[in-house]
Amino acid sequence: MIWIDTIVQGVLLGGLYALFAAGLSLVFGIMRLVNLAHGDLIVMGAYLILVVVSVLGLNPFVAALVAAPVMFSIGWVLQKAVLNRTLGDDILPPLLVTFGLSVVIQNSLLEGFSADSQRISMGPLETASVAVGPVTMGLLPLLTFGSAIAVIVGLNQIFYRTAIGRAFRATSDDPVTASLMGIRPDRVFATAMGLALVVATIAALYLGTRSNFDPYVGPARLIYAFEAVIIGGLGSLWGTLAGGIIIGVAQTVGAAINPEWQILAGHVAFLIVLLVRPRGLFPRAVD
Amino acid sequence: MGMILSLHDVTKSFGALKVADGISFDVPEGQALGIIGPNGAGKSTLFNLITGNLVPDAGRIKYQGRDVTRIPPMQRCLDGMGRSFQIPQPFTGLTVFENLLVAATHGQDRPESAVVDHVARVLDQTELMGVANTPAGGLSLLQRKRLELARAMATQPKLLLLDEIAGGLTDGECAALIDTIRGLHAGGVTIIWIEHVLHALTAVVERLLVLDFGRVIGLGEPAEIMDSREVREIYLGIEV
Repeated sequence: MIWIDTIVQGVLLGGLYALFAAGLSLVFGIMRLVNLAHGDLIVMGAYLILVVVSVLGLNPFVAALVAAPVMFSIGWVLQKAVLNRTLGDDILPPLLVTFGLSVVIQNSLLEGFSADSQRISMGPLETASVAVGPVTMGLLPLLTFGSAIAVIVGLNQIFYRTAIGRAFRATSDDPVTASLMGIRPDRVFATAMGLALVVATIAALYLGTRSNFDPYVGPARLIYAFEAVIIGGLGSLWGTLAGGIIIGVAQTVGAAINPEWQILAGHVAFLIVLLVRPRGLFPRAVD
Repeated sequence: MGMILSLHDVTKSFGALKVADGISFDVPEGQALGIIGPNGAGKSTLFNLITGNLVPDAGRIKYQGRDVTRIPPMQRCLDGMGRSFQIPQPFTGLTVFENLLVAATHGQDRPESAVVDHVARVLDQTELMGVANTPAGGLSLLQRKRLELARAMATQPKLLLLDEIAGGLTDGECAALIDTIRGLHAGGVTIIWIEHVLHALTAVVERLLVLDFGRVIGLGEPAEIMDSREVREIYLGIEV
């Protein structure tokens, strides 16, 4: 029975990783931009929520609602003013610029909030749990997993059912042709980055409530996010969730065998998937 | 009658290669102009200059009386310039209907609900209704060519640029496409059409322009152009 419990915890943890990865996947899928600062942007979101909670005294969920539009604006401006200039045939400039951005964000957070680790308090919700048969699940991990599914369903609805979603897909297909149809790729990309940072805000909420964070935890989150995206197959959001779950389960199973193996087991699972399915589990047909 | 498009001394080089060498011509509103010339004459480049995907090194392009030489492509599209590509470039991940919806929404800068009827009409005109919900990546060549035309039409163009839309089609398919284009032209759309399939071209256009090495070497009535010695030399071996 302990195994079932371990696997369930792993699946729920996978939801968190999928949340980390969804914004990354979204941005890569639409504009082929690998955002190395994504982990740090999530951490920045966590600090933003923390500030709103402590200054306005709001519930963390409400604070995330306040932070989301701010993060959207940051993403929009960041893309429009900086990242759009780096996009082109060469993939190196966006990598370099987002890597630099990552360093800048980490140091700004360090300057503003010090290196002390912080936590967003959820009160009694932190320890609340529900028992389903033999398995006991924390309410917060369940909420995290539910949010991951809601985010992916929501993003798919946006992609396939709205005008801006069709513009995303058309621009992702071919920005030059899209601009001949009257689409402005720079604005489409800015909106996509804004949306990615809204998703990052949701990830930040659960990152900050689940465990302690400090200005330097971003890159480690980024690695899990990358692995989830690649396991799932580039551009597939449900694949990203599957990827997150695989890493989550590998980590909890690894930890159950030997606590030292937790992180390693996740990376090994990633390598095995790469060996067996180099393009990921659910690769897009064309590309 | 006003001129919808005027090129004045337009020049463009790629390194040492002059792909457009002092090109000047006018297109009156409502006319259908055909462009012919051997491979590499600079025909597609000329379209790229007109749509704004390339900016000329020198010269001016006027569209609807306004200098658009440095206006970006999306703005020209909003102002009623539609284009089909020589090699069909549909948005492969979108359905046929969505391809047109995207073009119509952004090309006319109107909400989706306002353009749905127009899109349905275009689907009907181009005989694509049956495959409206098929992803564009799965279409046959004729359907892709039709989609190119349909997508350009979805933006409700005043000026339609067609790039070798009849190439690679059977005679029957070609005849059907000509009827569609003729219908558009009859509806008042100005057309500039690059084509190697001359009988398709001459069935529609009122004027022919001959391009060679980036220069205009002939412009006039189709019959007169086809009879000129220069054109016959260039086109020797090409069936007229």
